[in-house]
Amino acid sequence: MLAIEAKKLTKEFQVYQSRKGLSGAFRDLLNREYRTIRAVNEIDLSIEPGEMVGYIGENGAGKSTTIKMLTGILQPTSGMLKVNGYDPHREREKFVRTIGVVFGQRSQLWWDLAVQESFQLLQKVYRIPQEKYEPHLKRMIDVLNIQELLDQPVRKLSLGQRMRCELATSLIHQPSLLFLDEPTIGLDVLVKEDIRQFLRDINQELNTTVLLTTHDLGDIEALCSRVVMLDKGNIIYDGDMNRLKREWGDGKRIVLETEREYELSELQATTEGLPVEWEKKATHTYEIKVPGDQVQVPEVLGRVIAQGIAIQEMQLEEATAEEIVRKIYQEGMTLD
Amino acid sequence: MIRMYAEIIRIRFLMMLAYRVNYYSGILIYSLNIGAYYFLWTAIYGGQGSINGFTALQMATYIAISWMSRAFYFNNVDREIATEIRDGTVAIQFIRPYNYLMVKVFQSFGEGIFRLVLFSVPGMFLVSLIFPIQLPGFGWIWLKFALSLFLGFVINIQINILVGILAFFVLNNQGMLWAKRMIVDLLSGLTIPIAFFPIWAQWVLKALPFQAISYLPSVVIVKDLSGSAFWGAVGVQAMWCLLLLIPIQMIWNKARHTLVVQGG
Repeated sequence: MLAIEAKKLTKEFQVYQSRKGLSGAFRDLLNREYRTIRAVNEIDLSIEPGEMVGYIGENGAGKSTTIKMLTGILQPTSGMLKVNGYDPHREREKFVRTIGVVFGQRSQLWWDLAVQESFQLLQKVYRIPQEKYEPHLKRMIDVLNIQELLDQPVRKLSLGQRMRCELATSLIHQPSLLFLDEPTIGLDVLVKEDIRQFLRDINQELNTTVLLTTHDLGDIEALCSRVVMLDKGNIIYDGDMNRLKREWGDGKRIVLETEREYELSELQATTEGLPVEWEKKATHTYEIKVPGDQVQVPEVLGRVIAQGIAIQEMQLEEATAEEIVRKIYQEGMTLD
Repeated sequence: MIRMYAEIIRIRFLMMLAYRVNYYSGILIYSLNIGAYYFLWTAIYGGQGSINGFTALQMATYIAISWMSRAFYFNNVDREIATEIRDGTVAIQFIRPYNYLMVKVFQSFGEGIFRLVLFSVPGMFLVSLIFPIQLPGFGWIWLKFALSLFLGFVINIQINILVGILAFFVLNNQGMLWAKRMIVDLLSGLTIPIAFFPIWAQWVLKALPFQAISYLPSVVIVKDLSGSAFWGAVGVQAMWCLLLLIPIQMIWNKARHTLVVQGG
């Protein structure tokens, strides 16, 4: 059984448009004009149990809407959707026992109460037997290092502390599928790394499927082997992170600082026959673009040095996931 | 199931304790209200024996009883629901394996019991020392009153839920919430007993659910209703409990399907 299976999943919203000016406002009182917006447009998605998938897209691309359909909060307008074998919206109460959700921008803990009170309530809500609940919770408390936070009211926790508690909350009933919506938003680097490590661990030990939406592509690079990219409600890429980098990363760039000024043609002659491009950046500074896989960096450098070019400094740059994604959106390309 | 709801009530107790200042100021406000209405009505009676079937003593008791009952049935669940819908936290409620509205009912019930035990009962004792009121001694009447008061609580929360979930359709329903609060206080007989309204207005009010929240339970104890008079009052309350389920279910079903989560 697939963890998530969606076919032609679509969500439309009705938004009303206000007319212009005072007379328009009066006309709006009597009848409003509605416009239909398609937030998610016939997407197909299938995710195997145990996969960690990154779900990315710009603001308003339809990520949150998709997550809300997958978690049973919103009812799809059309299309087929099965998550953990359930129809999320129609069988909501049974279905939500099998999933965990973290919304980075919303707390699911009781704001005025100590963290452990929330845990205790959820134990009753999910009807977890004591002998199963205790060892599992104890382990999460240890791994997430939240022991000393348990008796503090949630409103007194820092964002990083709260997020660790949120993670424990979402996993308290040992769900097989975990949705994370911006889990590292606003966190500092160390906390981010802890959370990533924790997610890798639970994925490996419990085979928990993870669907992660984020604007921080560092999360995706650290965690996900597969990315699904969304643009204006359509999936424009679904596949390997590495392939995305290979095909869209534009290869690597070597930046050279030389001891003296060279003519571009002089430098180009050294890499005769290789598909690389030279560019002058500043005085004594040149950049070599090395595309895709056809040529390797050591080969290029080997030739340049062999020709006696006097190099003082050298830097190797690679396009970050961020740049790749920006490029894809800017150029509005469709991938497959 | 029961353990979950018991836990929800416990959590609500904790939350009430977290907001102790609200609790203390509540006691003050309720005492002031009882005092103010007591002196107002004594002035109106001006030594007359009985108006509209209420003696001055019964009137004083009515005031005390109906305000202390209010401490039990009153809650802000309408505002809570509306706020959760407006800021989108309602989404969190939908990822839990429970019925959102039932959870709200039990939260309010927890709040009600908290205030009944820690506020109404001691408050009633204090008030009976200060003002001349007449409460029946121990007996069946208290059990009858408890049943009637409980039904009043149910009707009040149903109305609150109804107004609260309208926020799914009218995203800013602050005005509606205020209007509802005023209407309930006035038309439930809290400020003026139903028997003091003109005859035609009494007919209208008796056809509305509000009198079943406060007026009927208070009359049960003040007039020591028994037999058919008592069962008639409780019957009207029970009928409203059932009738109000229909619009709630209809609106809730519609709301669940058209839910728009605010703010991403």
